[in-house]
Amino acid sequence: MSSLSRSPWVLHYNATSCNGCDIEVLASLTPMYDVERFGILNTGNPKHADILLVTGSVNEKSAPVLKTLYDQMPEPKVVVALGICASSGGIFAECYNVNGGADKVIPVDVYVPGCAVRPEAIIDGVVQALGILEAKYKNRRRGAVSCAR
Amino acid sequence: MNQLKELLLVIFQNENNLCIFLRLAGYLIFAPIVGGLLAGIDRKISAWMQGRVGPPILQPFYDVFKLFKKEYIVVNPFQNLYIILFFISVCLSGSLFFVGANFLLIVFVLTLAGVFFTLAGFSINSPYSHIGAERELIQMMAYDPMLIILAVGLYLVAGSFDVNEILAYGLSDNGYKLLLLLPAIFIGYIFILTIKFRKSPFDISVSHHAHQEIVRGLTTEFSGKYLAVIEITHWYENVLLLGIVYLFLSFNPVLAIVICVSLWLIEIFIDNVYARFKWQLMFKTTWLVTAITGITNIVILYYILPKK
Repeated sequence: MSSLSRSPWVLHYNATSCNGCDIEVLASLTPMYDVERFGILNTGNPKHADILLVTGSVNEKSAPVLKTLYDQMPEPKVVVALGICASSGGIFAECYNVNGGADKVIPVDVYVPGCAVRPEAIIDGVVQALGILEAKYKNRRRGAVSCAR
Repeated sequence: MNQLKELLLVIFQNENNLCIFLRLAGYLIFAPIVGGLLAGIDRKISAWMQGRVGPPILQPFYDVFKLFKKEYIVVNPFQNLYIILFFISVCLSGSLFFVGANFLLIVFVLTLAGVFFTLAGFSINSPYSHIGAERELIQMMAYDPMLIILAVGLYLVAGSFDVNEILAYGLSDNGYKLLLLLPAIFIGYIFILTIKFRKSPFDISVSHHAHQEIVRGLTTEFSGKYLAVIEITHWYENVLLLGIVYLFLSFNPVLAIVICVSLWLIEIFIDNVYARFKWQLMFKTTWLVTAITGITNIVILYYILPKK
């Protein structure tokens, strides 16, 4: 395991969530689940973050914010869509004011469905995201080497 | 081993130069290791206090190695120059201390490092960064008088500003007088250590915790390896500050190390007990403590010490 997957710092963004998933995200930081065991920190700052956790479906108002947050994160980065709303839009998918899941705006790497998503599922999703983070880092280095040649 | 020593003696000409070189190299190599371990212990004990398991002791090193692997985003080309200058100034200040140079110079270079850090914050046109930098300036205004008074107190007792001379005084028969004659200054210095270690309630400019009302304060706009450099600089600074505590208690090395460790544990406890203060409250309490401990102690020293 490299240092990249030993110290994932997460950024949590609530697109239009009902707060159900948000509370589960915060619950996974509490002594009950304690994700800091794995070095996971909640940063609240896109420029320090490695993993973007999105909850809730995306609408016209939250789409540009989500896009900006994603663009401000330094590479390598991964996006985890938490809950069914962020994954596909959920029961709000057909609403006239909802665009759909987070993947309508930014590339999503891991989908964690659930309503609300369980803390165990969040931790599992983040751990899967770490594998993708490592792969992205390796690809990025390979890309940099081939550019240099 | 003897051959190595002879070779080093040839290069550095005499024992004194060699000793200075070894102390300098020792500080530059071991300070980040000790500082990082202290930070790891801090996170572990904080987690225990909150009823959690907590990250491994080596977690700060993983964080720093990870940050070196990340892309860094530059908003203003000058922002990273200031961070490098901040790093160099803190290293210089610590090196001067461990080599045994003038204590006043050490305090001034440390202040210069703080100025570079605030300039880094001000060089970026981000409101969070600016708020962090302004608060850092307020912190500097709060703790700097105490550092100067500390230097003056050490001068009055040991008769020199040179750390070497102060250490020699501390190791002499009446070395205990450093603590006996400067008890209030020692307490005042411990008080400002909370600001310098960036612990609650005085972590108003930058914090390691998830206070998010000013995002990450001064470090908001720094990412990748420059954020890692800020973290490493902080480790260097912590070792220097604990070194000053050791200087006070150098008459008994065992006691000095016990006090340094227990101070670190007390800081962790305070960090977990308190919420952030407002800057006004921090400023007032720090200057009040400086006035009560520092200035009173200097005035009393004036009457106690024999006139020259």
